[in-house]
Amino acid sequence: MGNNPLEIFIEKCKACGICYTLCPRQAIGSDEQGKVIITEIDKCTKCGICENHCPDYAIIVRREKN
Amino acid sequence: MIPELEKFFRVNKLPHIWCPGCGNGIITRCLVEAISQLDIDYDKTIVISGIGCSSRAPGYMNFDTLHTTHGRALAFATGVKLANPELTVFVITGDGDATAIGGNHFIHAARRNIDLNVILYNNNIYGMTGGQGSPLTPTGHFSTTTPYGSVDRNFDITKLAIAAGATYVARGTAFHDKLLTDCIKKGVENKGFSLIEAITMCPISYGRKNNFATPANMLEWQKNNAINVKAAQKLPPEKIAGKFLIGELHNEPYAEYTAEYDKLIAKYQEGAK
Ligand SMILES: Cc1ncc(C[n+]2csc(CCOP(=O)(O)OP(=O)(O)O)c2C)c(N)n1
Ligand code: SF4
Repeated sequence: MGNNPLEIFIEKCKACGICYTLCPRQAIGSDEQGKVIITEIDKCTKCGICENHCPDYAIIVRREKN
Repeated sequence: MIPELEKFFRVNKLPHIWCPGCGNGIITRCLVEAISQLDIDYDKTIVISGIGCSSRAPGYMNFDTLHTTHGRALAFATGVKLANPELTVFVITGDGDATAIGGNHFIHAARRNIDLNVILYNNNIYGMTGGQGSPLTPTGHFSTTTPYGSVDRNFDITKLAIAAGATYVARGTAFHDKLLTDCIKKGVENKGFSLIEAITMCPISYGRKNNFATPANMLEWQKNNAINVKAAQKLPPEKIAGKFLIGELHNEPYAEYTAEYDKLIAKYQEGAK
C-alpha cells in the first residue's frame, strides 16, 4: 500500500456523513464540520462504496487502471 | 466524480441544489452510468422531467432536456416520442409528480406501452414543497399533512404499473446502486414503457419526521429492508413480510405504441395512393 487511492474534492463535500458511515474499514472519518477526511488510508480496499454513495460526487477512488 | 462520467454532466451547473445527504445525486449518477454503458446515440437522447426536487436532475445533465410542469412529464414525453420515435427518451419524475397530480398520465402512458424509460425517484414525500404526504408515503408514516401518521394506504407503484400495462418494471435503491444501474439499462433495452422505481431518500422533509437520524441511516434502512427478487423466491413468506423486493419485477414484451402508430399511418397512406 502506501499510496493514497482516494481523491477528495473537499469544496464539493456537504458534510452529509454518508461516506464515512458506510466505509466498512473506517479508512475515512470526519473533521469538526462533519466533512470527510482521510483517517487510516492503509485500511482502504478501494471498494468504492464511498465514491458510489456520495450524492455530491466529491470522492474518486483511483484504481490500478486509472 | 468518476472522470469518465463528467462529460454527461453540465459541470458548470454543479454543485446541485439538493440538500446534504439527499439521495437524488446518487440516483442521477446511476442513470448517467447506465447511459454511459449503453450503446445509444447521446445526441438522440432526451431527458424530460416534471416539477419537484427530483425533477431538477435534467438541469445537471448534458443532454437535450425538458423541464416541464408538475405531473405532466409523461404527457410531454409522449409528444416528443410520437413526433420523433428514434429518440431514446428518459423521464425523471418524483413520487408526487408521477403518482398524485400525474397519476392519470402515468397509467395511460403505461397502458399504451409507449417506449419511455421512466425513472421514478421515490423519496416517499413531496420534498420540494416542504414535506407533504404523497400517494407513496407509507401508511402510518409522518409528513406535514399527516402529523399523526398517514391513514391512507400507499400505492405499490410497481404493481400499479404492471396492472396498467407497463412491459418492463423494476426497482432499485440508492444503496443498491449497481442493481439500479442494471435495471435502468434493461429498461432502455425494452422497447415499450419501462418503469424503474428508484428508492431514494429525503433526509430533510421525510427522514427527520420518521426517526432517521442521519442520511446514512436511511441508506442502511434500504440495505436492511430490500430483498432481491431472485433470493425472495427461495425464502419463506415470514422472511419477506414487511420488506420490499428489488430487481426485475416484470418483463413481458408487447407491441410498442409509436411503431403501431407508424404502421397505421403507412397503411392509410398506402390506401390513399
Ligand atoms: C400544478 C402545480 N401544483 C402544485 C405545485 C407545487 N409543487 C411543486 S413540487 C410539488 C411536489 C413535489 O413532490 P415530488 O414529485 O414527490 O418530488 P420531490 O420534490 O419529492 O422530488 C408540488 C406539489 C406545482 N408546482 N404545480
Ligand atoms: S428537500 Fe428532500 S428531496 Fe428535496 S433536495 Fe432536500 S433532501 Fe432532497
